[in-house]
Amino acid sequence: MTDISYSLAELVIAACAEVWRDDGEVMATGIGPLPRIGAGLAKLSFAPAIQTTDGECFYTSEPVGPGKRAAEPEFEGIANYDRVFSALWSGRRHALVGPVQFDRYGQANISVIGDHQKPKAAMLGARGFPGNSISHPNSFFFPSHNKRAFVEGEVDFVCMAGYNPARYRNGKPPVGLDLRRIITNLCVMDFGGPDHQVRVISLHPGVTFEEVQDNTGFPLARIADDIPTTPAPTAEQLSIIAQIDPNNVRATVFKDNPAGDRRAA
Amino acid sequence: MFDKRMTVDDIVDQLSDGMTIGIGGWATRRKPMALIRAIARSNLKDLTVMAGYGGMDIGLLAATGKIRKLVFAFASLDHFPLEPHFRNARQAGAFEVLELDEGMYHWGLRAGAMKLPFLPTRVGIGTDIINQSGFDFKFVTSPYADGEELVAMPALVPDVALIHAHRSDEKGNLLTLSKDALFDELLVRAAKKSFATVEKIVPTAELDMKANSRYNLVERAMIDGVAEAMLGAHPSSADPDYQLDLKHIKTYVESAASPEAWAEYKAKFIDVSEADYQAAVGGAEAVTALPVPIY
Repeated sequence: MTDISYSLAELVIAACAEVWRDDGEVMATGIGPLPRIGAGLAKLSFAPAIQTTDGECFYTSEPVGPGKRAAEPEFEGIANYDRVFSALWSGRRHALVGPVQFDRYGQANISVIGDHQKPKAAMLGARGFPGNSISHPNSFFFPSHNKRAFVEGEVDFVCMAGYNPARYRNGKPPVGLDLRRIITNLCVMDFGGPDHQVRVISLHPGVTFEEVQDNTGFPLARIADDIPTTPAPTAEQLSIIAQIDPNNVRATVFKDNPAGDRRAA
Repeated sequence: MFDKRMTVDDIVDQLSDGMTIGIGGWATRRKPMALIRAIARSNLKDLTVMAGYGGMDIGLLAATGKIRKLVFAFASLDHFPLEPHFRNARQAGAFEVLELDEGMYHWGLRAGAMKLPFLPTRVGIGTDIINQSGFDFKFVTSPYADGEELVAMPALVPDVALIHAHRSDEKGNLLTLSKDALFDELLVRAAKKSFATVEKIVPTAELDMKANSRYNLVERAMIDGVAEAMLGAHPSSADPDYQLDLKHIKTYVESAASPEAWAEYKAKFIDVSEADYQAAVGGAEAVTALPVPIY
């Protein structure tokens, strides 16, 4: 067995790519450098049909990484503002986004911390989160897995709908609600526990379930007694990642660009 | 002769206290900033501002105390994700808000444009958007076999829409030359009156409508007045004429750090004529040379 060294960012990129594995021909939107490179990695390896954009208003033949570009990409279609809504309302999109707060139901917040009329901290506003959440699959990325992000009660302002029966008049979420994976600096989770309970499906190398639970404001389920380790990126994947991100923006996401395998540190 | 030309100040004279003003553009793209600066300088007050896709327009009007109520989906400077003057005002509880999803805002404009009282949508279900204290969202049940319960998104009908485009003739035949027309057409159709600033007013023949017709934003009958305002979107972009001015946006962001910094910014860039503003930001030559941003 060959030991390949990889960074935490590269481990996370490979885990992000996995969210699009079985999606077929959908619009893949990765918000932020690691989800965006992840979408590119998926497209250049196991999910060639997904459509990715230049971050502005065109679909491109090849994925476009973050930062400066050596050449203009080949455009293959329009993804202007109007068309983004048309695509997302059809359900043919899977977004990987980074909320500020998240709760046990998968309800996500990017609007305010504190009271909505007079917030402690005003952030972006709900943006397209409400519509995204009930129209197409969504996955999530959190660079810092802690109790401020994974809150104990409900998030302060629910921008993205989740699996909270109390929020629905008939107790049932709409059919379009499809929350997939949560990737953090510690682990990968999904909603596969009983009644959509958030569940740890893999731990990054050197991380324990207890460490994840201690940093989460609500009880987590686990996939098995022996939780699998998040797969390390292969040499081929690392080479594709380097090709998509020649500016090495990925090295700037986590402080001091730590190794992906904490046991090696 | 049929002529809708006005000045920026003529347009602001059409506005009055308490009005609902819809602003076009998107965050850092094609914001009618010359008009926003003129409103910021004016005595107007108690405005309801509808800016679904907000940026410096919201921030400047918030910092100058013009907003009584804000209808929006986000406020961002894109490369600088958080709009600092919006944040300061919002955290001080300076105005009432109705926060919407981007798609709901789009849908509200579409209802307004279609002269319908509402359009049904699933958007908002399961979220706090439909639980806001400032607005009582209603539901409708599909009259067909599915019987689905949907949110009734009310029409958004501004008293006035303000947009920025690239070219116009004196009759108000507009061209928006950028790659993305955004939702300016719907905003204009939804509003009771609409005014546009443009980079340049030219004779109709120069619009070359035969070649450019797909960039013709809306029927001229929807446009009540048009004002020439070169660099009228600055520091947001009017691509392909010029790109956003990241350096100026940084200066603007830093002006939110203290009352002194804001007073300095305001004295230099707001409380001046547009000619002086243009000179202060380097003139047309510097602005048209700005690099294409990377998203």
